[in-house]
Amino acid sequence: MTVTATDLLLEATGVAKTYGAVVALRSASLSVRPGEVHALMGANGAGKSTLVKILTGAVRPDAGTIAVRGRALAVRSPAEARRGGIVSVYQEPALIPDLEIRANLRLTGTPVEPFRHWLAELGIRNLDLSQLARYLPLATLRVVDLARALAIEPDVLMLDEMTAALPANLTERVLEVIGRTRGTDRCVVFISHRMIEIGAVCDRATVLREGSTVGVVDVTPGSEDRIVELMLGEIAADMPDAAEGAAPSPRPTDAVPRLRAEGLAAGTKLEDVSFDLHAGEVLGVVALEGQGQDELFDVLAGMTKPRGGTLAVDGKPAAFGHPADAIRAGVVYVAADRAEALLMQRSVRENIALPFRAQLTRWGLINLRDEQRVVSRAIQTLQIDTRAKGEVSRLSGGNQQKVTIARWVAGGVKTMICFDPTRGIDIRTKRQIYGLLRDLAEAGAAILLYTSELKEIQLVCDRAIVIFGGKVVREIGRADADEPALLRAAYNLRSDSALPEDTVAEAQAAEAPPAEPPGAAQ
Amino acid sequence: MSAAAPTVDATRVRPVDGAAAYVRRNGWTFGLIGILVLLLLFTKFLQPRYGPINIQGLGVSVMPLVLAAVAQAIIVISGGIDLSIGSMMALTSVVSASLMDKQSDLFGVAVVIGVLGLGLVLGAVNGALVVLTRVPDIVVTLAMSFVWAGAALLVRSGPGGGAAGWLKNITKGPFLNEWIPMAAVVALVVIFVVWIPLARSRLGLSIYAIGSNRLAAFRSGVAVGRTRFLAYAFTGLFSALAGLSLTATTSIGSPVPGPYTLLSVAAVVLGGVSLAGGRGGVFGPIVAVVVLQLIQTDLTFLRFDSNFAYVAQGAILIAVTGLSSLMSLRRARA
Repeated sequence: MTVTATDLLLEATGVAKTYGAVVALRSASLSVRPGEVHALMGANGAGKSTLVKILTGAVRPDAGTIAVRGRALAVRSPAEARRGGIVSVYQEPALIPDLEIRANLRLTGTPVEPFRHWLAELGIRNLDLSQLARYLPLATLRVVDLARALAIEPDVLMLDEMTAALPANLTERVLEVIGRTRGTDRCVVFISHRMIEIGAVCDRATVLREGSTVGVVDVTPGSEDRIVELMLGEIAADMPDAAEGAAPSPRPTDAVPRLRAEGLAAGTKLEDVSFDLHAGEVLGVVALEGQGQDELFDVLAGMTKPRGGTLAVDGKPAAFGHPADAIRAGVVYVAADRAEALLMQRSVRENIALPFRAQLTRWGLINLRDEQRVVSRAIQTLQIDTRAKGEVSRLSGGNQQKVTIARWVAGGVKTMICFDPTRGIDIRTKRQIYGLLRDLAEAGAAILLYTSELKEIQLVCDRAIVIFGGKVVREIGRADADEPALLRAAYNLRSDSALPEDTVAEAQAAEAPPAEPPGAAQ
Repeated sequence: MSAAAPTVDATRVRPVDGAAAYVRRNGWTFGLIGILVLLLLFTKFLQPRYGPINIQGLGVSVMPLVLAAVAQAIIVISGGIDLSIGSMMALTSVVSASLMDKQSDLFGVAVVIGVLGLGLVLGAVNGALVVLTRVPDIVVTLAMSFVWAGAALLVRSGPGGGAAGWLKNITKGPFLNEWIPMAAVVALVVIFVVWIPLARSRLGLSIYAIGSNRLAAFRSGVAVGRTRFLAYAFTGLFSALAGLSLTATTSIGSPVPGPYTLLSVAAVVLGGVSLAGGRGGVFGPIVAVVVLQLIQTDLTFLRFDSNFAYVAQGAILIAVTGLSSLMSLRRARA
């Protein structure tokens, strides 16, 4: 059967979007046939979420066309997308917390009977519609949101990571119900980080890389390899040689780790993460978006209290109730978002001096001369361009990030945890920051580094742990941590076979789908 | 690695029938009504001669603030705030008093309708500025409060004018029973004629939705900008009603704004509307206004310095809202 343009249910072509100087989408296209469950795939930063936002009307594209059933559609808001037949379900349910479920249905014009029908199909009966959405558990809300979308029978149903952190029994029902789209005249666009779900429910997959569509793959057993290959593309030519980074330091052998985490669990996503971070090493953390790494770093930085698990600093148990506790224990935090850490309207000097002011006071007054000395040393060490030192907000992003690191270096750093510190920073400054992190480790600091850029791991880290579904699924040494291996690990694929390897819970969930020998042995 | 798959008790049902659920959801308002009844009994105890005339006077004296509180409640539920309510009341009051002065009753009707339209326009201007300029609403409405107050002084430099006879009489005296003040009946009828259909409409839902979670509302297909705009317009409409009630109860128009803006915020907070938006209704703030007024009356009966009443009002406000946030903290932990 040949597919002509009008046979397509959803067709997006040449979609482009730039935010300032950052190109989020270069030229993305997506063609979905009726009766199809279609996966949208891409590594972090490939432009997946931007494309979804454009298709759902949350963001307007700079160029490109979107058509549903051959009819061009200008999607300027979610309301218009809905009228055009595109309805989305997100990881964060779009239910109004202070309205009853019934009122939430009325808000979106959803008929109640079909809603109840789909809710029952999804395994939820006897839901009291007069409850406030606020009081329902998150997993239930996700399913309610899905049932609400199914009830209006949209032409295109977009599911953006809606199965993330959904319990296994509900995930199974969701996948089963989604699968029923096959053979109807509607379609589902399915976005998930779980390769096992893609394999179980999707017919085809569109792969994005660096803002462009690079391929469409028929999903068959074994097609995971092809998808990963497409996501990676040519192994980036501009990638600096691994040897350029500092030589790997010998694996530290001292018995007491600087920071030990055991069975950490927090929020809805972080389930069970353990690791040892030693003095003198840079430990990488690799994870796809939303696998619990945000929660992990929040816990380590003292911003949230863990739901379970323990932390030990230098062998002594530690519980951080406040970021100040973490800082006192020598665990300092560098965020991806500089605005989170800096006083943007204040000077470089004040920003660097802020965390260790307490050490520079004499009878309660700040000793400006001491402060000047320490700050100057830090600025020199980090090669911060301080031409605009009067106000941090006027520095470039890279220099701002150096200031956030300098604040901790100036006070003498023992343990530094960095969450994607090079996000949105130019390549030259990136290199400097890598070099700096290596130097700090050489000097005896312990550094934990989460980065969304897999290339960085081999450049800076001695080893890396991979988190998937809130759990550590793999530890990879520096030598083996090339981009394909890391990406496979991040998708929780086994490195030696094409079959997905998965957590116990998901193996249970996937009992039913065909061709599914669950290999949970680790 | 834990082998137990997390399960969700998705069918957890709170076994309550409709009426009980209604009482619990509006517990704050029912609590306020309880306090009001206690206060009335206490007043009667302090001043055994407190009777129907006083109740009728109470109805008249709270009417402007009741309507102002409803105006503020609408915008606060939508997640905004309006600091120009007092000025809009002053402007609509002087305009109505100036136009109606020594004119026929029929012309008075036309003026009332026209002034309600004016209120809608004033609110719409506030709303358009907030939505289009993206300047924070607190700044826009504070600035507009000067504009509307200045406009009121341009219309009439001092108190004066008059009110149509029927407008003056409509709030006076009792209704059916001597204990039911006419002013209260008029205020409630006006509020419910506008509020009930609004709250039940899709627009009403949208107002709650954008106040509760703006992103979720946007994703649910709510036109956020248009809803905010309309919420400000309704706030303007109720401000005009409050301004007309000033004209009706005082028979003149005064260009100087009363203390209504901040008192309306106080009443809204005390009435159980969350300043973060999305929660509460208009009934709580209405009861809160009466409670605040009665406390003032009682303090007078107790021979407290009248200025002390302000101190007491402030202290009560802090105590009550502190209590409510403690209660919600406990509920969040439970």
